[in-house]
Amino acid sequence: MADVKTIIAKNVATLFSDGDVVNLGVGIPTMAISYLPDDVKVTVHAECGVIGCGDVAPPEIATTDIVDASSIPITLAEGASIVDSAWSFGIARGGHLSMTVLGGLQVDSEGNLANWMRPGKAVTGMGGAMDIVVGAKKVVIAMTHNSKKGDLKIVDKCTMPLTAEKVVTHIVTELAVIEIVNGEFIVRAKSADITNEELQERTGVKLTFDPEMKTMLS
Amino acid sequence: MSKIISHEEAAKLIKNGNTIMVGGFGETGYPYEMIKTLHRTDIEHLTIMGSDGDFEGSPKGEFYISGKVDKLIITFCGLNPKISEMNIAGKLDIEFVPQGTFVERIRCGGYGLGGVLTPTGVGTVVEEGKQTLVVKGRKYIVEEPLHADVALIKGAVADTSGNIIFNYAAKNYNPYMAMAADLVIAEVEDIVEVGELEPNHIMLPGMLVDYIVDDRETPNPYKGKGSY
Repeated sequence: MADVKTIIAKNVATLFSDGDVVNLGVGIPTMAISYLPDDVKVTVHAECGVIGCGDVAPPEIATTDIVDASSIPITLAEGASIVDSAWSFGIARGGHLSMTVLGGLQVDSEGNLANWMRPGKAVTGMGGAMDIVVGAKKVVIAMTHNSKKGDLKIVDKCTMPLTAEKVVTHIVTELAVIEIVNGEFIVRAKSADITNEELQERTGVKLTFDPEMKTMLS
Repeated sequence: MSKIISHEEAAKLIKNGNTIMVGGFGETGYPYEMIKTLHRTDIEHLTIMGSDGDFEGSPKGEFYISGKVDKLIITFCGLNPKISEMNIAGKLDIEFVPQGTFVERIRCGGYGLGGVLTPTGVGTVVEEGKQTLVVKGRKYIVEEPLHADVALIKGAVADTSGNIIFNYAAKNYNPYMAMAADLVIAEVEDIVEVGELEPNHIMLPGMLVDYIVDDRETPNPYKGKGSY
């Protein structure tokens, strides 16, 4: 069986539509791209101003002038374009991104997101996350269903500092793919390894199980 | 009058206590040699406005923790843990600004605007202590302009009048910072005569650039790999 990160990435990949322009966080969100079906092509936007990120650049052509949001030198996809920082965040904030995928610490019953300040850890800044989540049409949070200690991460009310209010539209964990529609947390797909009751027990908000609920990719 | 000066001459124009905008996103499009030169001076009590804290061990990352800087106004420093350590030790003040808000505040500073209304940060710590407005049913934070004494920016090529072309993502904040500071110093990787740049390709007009710092002969490892 695939590891937790791979399971989450594979299931995040099911949420992309052909032609989407997306912004992806570091780690699992970026991994998801490699699991896209052949008929789904997306354009990746990066905060630094690249619209159409390619792959990690081989050393012989790597330049710091063409990088992704993690400052890793990349190639440009065919048809890529470059904008400055104001335009780049205008694209994010202005509602021009189809979707963003990023990690989460807590998501609550109102769709509030906490993902930038970890209790007990040094504060390192929000970067572009706050701007991107207030603007993207779909905000997909890719995270483990519970913390390492077993704490709930989908909670009634976030206790950690918020990244943004009422922005989350989807949550993908190793146990479920959840869509939030008008405040209702609808399970669109579920792991084959867990019952509805067990999933509800590990979730801090009331779940609705889609009558056409699918089994998650494993 | 020629606008071309050396890194050392440029460093002498910067005074103790100055507020300095530093262009660049991580290692991309920042005035690498200018920062190294400034680090070698005995300047102190600076406030820096820049995208991020860069990486541990990079010239920019090292300069920010050198003790010459009192305050950082930045968006992120997760790749340079020493900045957080200095902040926790009370030796470096940090104001974190969301990245999109950061560039808009600079843009306001340069464009003569009194601020920007943004939904970014509503309901978070970013909103604390700030005025908010509801426009057409949506709540916005009033974010005030940023202005600096000096902008240190980076260009790929300049003509001798200061017209600049940036290379790919190295453009980032640079053109906006050139609008929002009293003194604008541009480190550039190549210099050509006036008339050699196609006006339609110029990304920053020379009227906004006070000095050009010639970076053609320095060992900056980041230059010369792109194309413009």
